[in-house]
Amino acid sequence: MTGYDIVFILVALLTAGSAVLTVTSKNLFHAALFLAVTLAGIAGVFLVLRADFLALVQLVVYVGSVAVLFLFGLMLTRAPIGREALDGQNRGLALVVSGTLFVVLSSLIVSSFGGERAAEVAGPGIEVIGIAIFADWVLPFELLSMMLLAALIGAILLARREDGESGEPDDEGRIEFGDEPSTEAGAHELPRGDSQPELTSGGDR
Amino acid sequence: MSEVLWNTAASFTAQSTSITTFDSFAVSVVVKIAFALGLFFVVPIVGGYLEHKVMGRMQARRGPVEAGPFGTLQLVADGIKFIQKEDVIPRAADRWVFAAAPGVALVPGMLIFLVLPFGPGVFALDLELGLFYALAISSVSVLGILMGGWASANKFSLIGGLRAGGQLIAYELPLILAAITVAVQAGTLSLVGIVEAQATFMLPGTEINVWYVFPQILGFGIFFLAAMAELSRPPFDMPIADSELVFGYMTEYTGIKFAMFLLTEYGGMILMSALMVVLYLGGWQLLPGVPLPGCEGTGGLFDCGVTGTLLGVGITLGKIMALVFLMVWARVAYPRLREDQLQRFAWLVLVPLALLNLALVGVAKVVF
Repeated sequence: MTGYDIVFILVALLTAGSAVLTVTSKNLFHAALFLAVTLAGIAGVFLVLRADFLALVQLVVYVGSVAVLFLFGLMLTRAPIGREALDGQNRGLALVVSGTLFVVLSSLIVSSFGGERAAEVAGPGIEVIGIAIFADWVLPFELLSMMLLAALIGAILLARREDGESGEPDDEGRIEFGDEPSTEAGAHELPRGDSQPELTSGGDR
Repeated sequence: MSEVLWNTAASFTAQSTSITTFDSFAVSVVVKIAFALGLFFVVPIVGGYLEHKVMGRMQARRGPVEAGPFGTLQLVADGIKFIQKEDVIPRAADRWVFAAAPGVALVPGMLIFLVLPFGPGVFALDLELGLFYALAISSVSVLGILMGGWASANKFSLIGGLRAGGQLIAYELPLILAAITVAVQAGTLSLVGIVEAQATFMLPGTEINVWYVFPQILGFGIFFLAAMAELSRPPFDMPIADSELVFGYMTEYTGIKFAMFLLTEYGGMILMSALMVVLYLGGWQLLPGVPLPGCEGTGGLFDCGVTGTLLGVGITLGKIMALVFLMVWARVAYPRLREDQLQRFAWLVLVPLALLNLALVGVAKVVF
């Protein structure tokens, strides 16, 4: 048992523990925070495996952006503020899916690597990674970025409300003009529910 | 006695690796952490004092005068006051998240001080990924702000947290793009490597050494504005806009936790200034093309004696404080941007300009 093993076990326990808490937590916001800890823990696992570039990418993409967007989305919608709880009713189904996935993945890993001790790897430097991506694998890289761009445009199209599409002109929910009496009064007159004005003006920025 | 001290100091500084590296790994780790922590707690206090004094003078006041000579101990006194205050947690708040939020916001700033170079050999770590490390770690502190805004169970805090989240995401993009452009020109992500690349960068076709601020004046402007917005400082302080949101996500915080948020802001100011000094202003070079006295390494930057090392640290700190002064000046001079102007400015002005800058520098790098 080397120092690496000990650190790996500690990081793995932290990651697995917060992953369990993510799904068992009754508070949506807490679940998102535990998810952030889980993702940071995975970055820690990468660090222990000496993939420092991957660890930092994990940190900036998943903790710095994805988890932040989750929290941001929760705060924009109806997540309860403070200590109130919110609970889903899909535990049985989720348990079946994740249990099956766990069994399949672990049997696959054990059958491929079980019993052998992998050779120690010192990760390639950032230069090697950069040249590999932008020289040898530039076409798949560009294709992937095109796919991401398409997904982005698609998301904007879905979220955007064109005039007449939803049966109402877009401007009615906006609150940027000073002559609207107040956001709450305006919202009750609309049939769409009270969170709408906020969202429409948010999408406009 | 002084002879012995001088020789000891000389033996530390006569090397181009970090002065905090020792033969024993454990000692190195302890010294590196102490070095980063010491800088994190001392330099921001100097920056804060500068802000108090400069703002005072610009508003025709004298600033702090009572605590210590010329009021220099004002922030220390403030710190003691903050520790003594009652630690109030609102009844409706989510206790643990509320308590953890200032720490989550503060710790990333401390971690970045590990890679900032302050002089020849005066840094804790020279990571190959230094710049990427700094940017990646700094993106985590927005979590602490969102946590604080949500857990306070207060609508002003919530709105402040939301605004902070939107603003920090929006301005992170031009910040990272501008920093990437410097990495493209320097050909390295190591912060020490970038300083070295600047010392050896000549204008194409001439023998004139210039800092990156000259070829990349656009990038420097983008970085400076985005850095001020990342720190939520006026004129980009929509998240804590005190005339409409009380104090944004910090509204419910008192005592030591509030002090931690404040230290995050001042630490961030030093951090962003130090990054700008390293990326654009030549690090610890006094003037472009002028080697430090006693330094023999590449570009007159490394293998310095005690004098050269101390001078290098002094120059870096001087440049950092000059940038802090600029930030304070902007704070006093300009009114706060409106939320929609703020987002529009980031997405429609800064991001396209940063992309243009990246493309221009990329082309120039290939051509010359």
